[in-house]
Amino acid sequence: MLVEGIKSRPVYGGIAIDPCARRHIFALEGEGALALLDQKPALTETMLSRSEVLYVAAGSKGLDHDLALAALKTDRFWQGPTIETLLFRLRGSLSAATMSTRLYISGREGFIGQCMQVATDMGMDFSSIPTEHRGSLARRVQCVHCKGITDDVRTSPFKCSHCGLDLLVRDHYSRRLGAFQGVNIDAEEPGTAPQAEELFA
Amino acid sequence: MAIVFRQETFRDDFTYRNSPGNIRRFPFPFDRDEYMYSVNMEPHVHGQAGTVYESLIDVDEHYVAEMHDRALVLKEDPLRYQALPHMMAAQWDTLELLMEEQAAGYPEHFTLIRNSDRWRWINRPLGIDDTFTFGDASTLSCEPFEYITRQAQGDFCIVDQRNDNLWMDAGMVTTQADWSLDFDIGMNFMEWHGPVPLAHQIGVFDRALKFLLNLQLGKPTRRFNWTMTINPRLDTSPENYHKWGPDRTTVTSDNVGEKVHLRVELQSLWRLPRSNAILFVIRCYLISMNELVTVPKWARRLHRVLKTLPSELVDYKGLTRYRDNTITWLSKHDDGAPTSPGIFPD
Repeated sequence: MLVEGIKSRPVYGGIAIDPCARRHIFALEGEGALALLDQKPALTETMLSRSEVLYVAAGSKGLDHDLALAALKTDRFWQGPTIETLLFRLRGSLSAATMSTRLYISGREGFIGQCMQVATDMGMDFSSIPTEHRGSLARRVQCVHCKGITDDVRTSPFKCSHCGLDLLVRDHYSRRLGAFQGVNIDAEEPGTAPQAEELFA
Repeated sequence: MAIVFRQETFRDDFTYRNSPGNIRRFPFPFDRDEYMYSVNMEPHVHGQAGTVYESLIDVDEHYVAEMHDRALVLKEDPLRYQALPHMMAAQWDTLELLMEEQAAGYPEHFTLIRNSDRWRWINRPLGIDDTFTFGDASTLSCEPFEYITRQAQGDFCIVDQRNDNLWMDAGMVTTQADWSLDFDIGMNFMEWHGPVPLAHQIGVFDRALKFLLNLQLGKPTRRFNWTMTINPRLDTSPENYHKWGPDRTTVTSDNVGEKVHLRVELQSLWRLPRSNAILFVIRCYLISMNELVTVPKWARRLHRVLKTLPSELVDYKGLTRYRDNTITWLSKHDDGAPTSPGIFPD
């Protein structure tokens, strides 16, 4: 689904539910809801009674994924209006979490990256967190010059939403920042930036 | 013999030059007439007097000016120095190593006096005489890794070793060839080398990682890397690319000799005793084409290396705009005579 061969980009291996975990927390965004819903046949009563679902519809508003998630009747279902509110809620859930809690993340890459930041800040090892990419290929990009982050970048080059430089989106990803790297494309000859191309639809 | 330190700049008016003696000791990185990535590592052992291997942490005539340039970079952008919280033992390991090596190699310039954990460090070129408690960061003006790397030439990364990988968890990076510590900190070995072309496919990084995971205390290793830089600019960071990038358009057939510089990194890797981390020293040396061609063997060889360089590397190293001019200029210094093996001048 994603461009192969970017060594610094995490591998999103899928969020198959771990039957050994005592508690499951699902952080889901947009089409990421389907990563859990697709597993419905395999979800047992016990698993659902131990599950907490945090969801933000984002670009999938109106597709009723929230209703389908609510119908799973997990122990907790919470829906937030924005990614930011979900991250706040996730931090709360994780700070109360006990041993043997498994976190699963699914959605667009920028969302996965931001949830991963919350989890790793709280001491979880990134390799213990199953992730699944769903939804658009839009990238979250950090401008290497001003350090500002622009979300939902669909083209390269694009204009940095902070400093206004035209940025080439490099295939280099920082897990710590949850972002790709953007580098000024016409630094050598200002004013020569090529047309933006939609590469991450 | 005491080094005479030059007063010079690496920005604005670019007064950096190599003295004739310093040209002879320049670490020319090509041991043959063509170049491709390889695991070109060898033991980092003392070499002959008059070479950069005379001391294992090399101090040269540019020391004072380089430390001044580093201070300017850090004033503008403090994120060029970062260390993750679990790296404090490795920070002290690094301070010890750099103080010991500099004091051993240059006793007329540096002195380390240890009295149990009370240490006194005298750095005469920079006018520093500090007493502190080893292991107690509150007795220094800043973190130990920052303290000592403000007093040592080259960029420094400390990589932590866990899960059979190496993790870039601390760095002082102000003289880099276009990579960002702020972006790469926390990455593992394969991740931070992600953007390098060709080398992954030919297995260079797999072999290098395996080698480094087994690096032993007291047996440092070294390798060269290289690129080219327009003007003797140390801070060719991606952060400032929009400021130095335009330099690349200023090269003409007339000014290659003074504008175009070969930029060599002598990288040395050291296992650290307390933390089991690895100190990765990336020492940058710059030489203008005018200076380089005073050694006929190097002029011939660099001409041939540039002519046959794979296009992916030309692109990755950012040579595209001025490579042709440089090859034409160097061709006047290549009579086609065979070159002798090895890197040293004839």
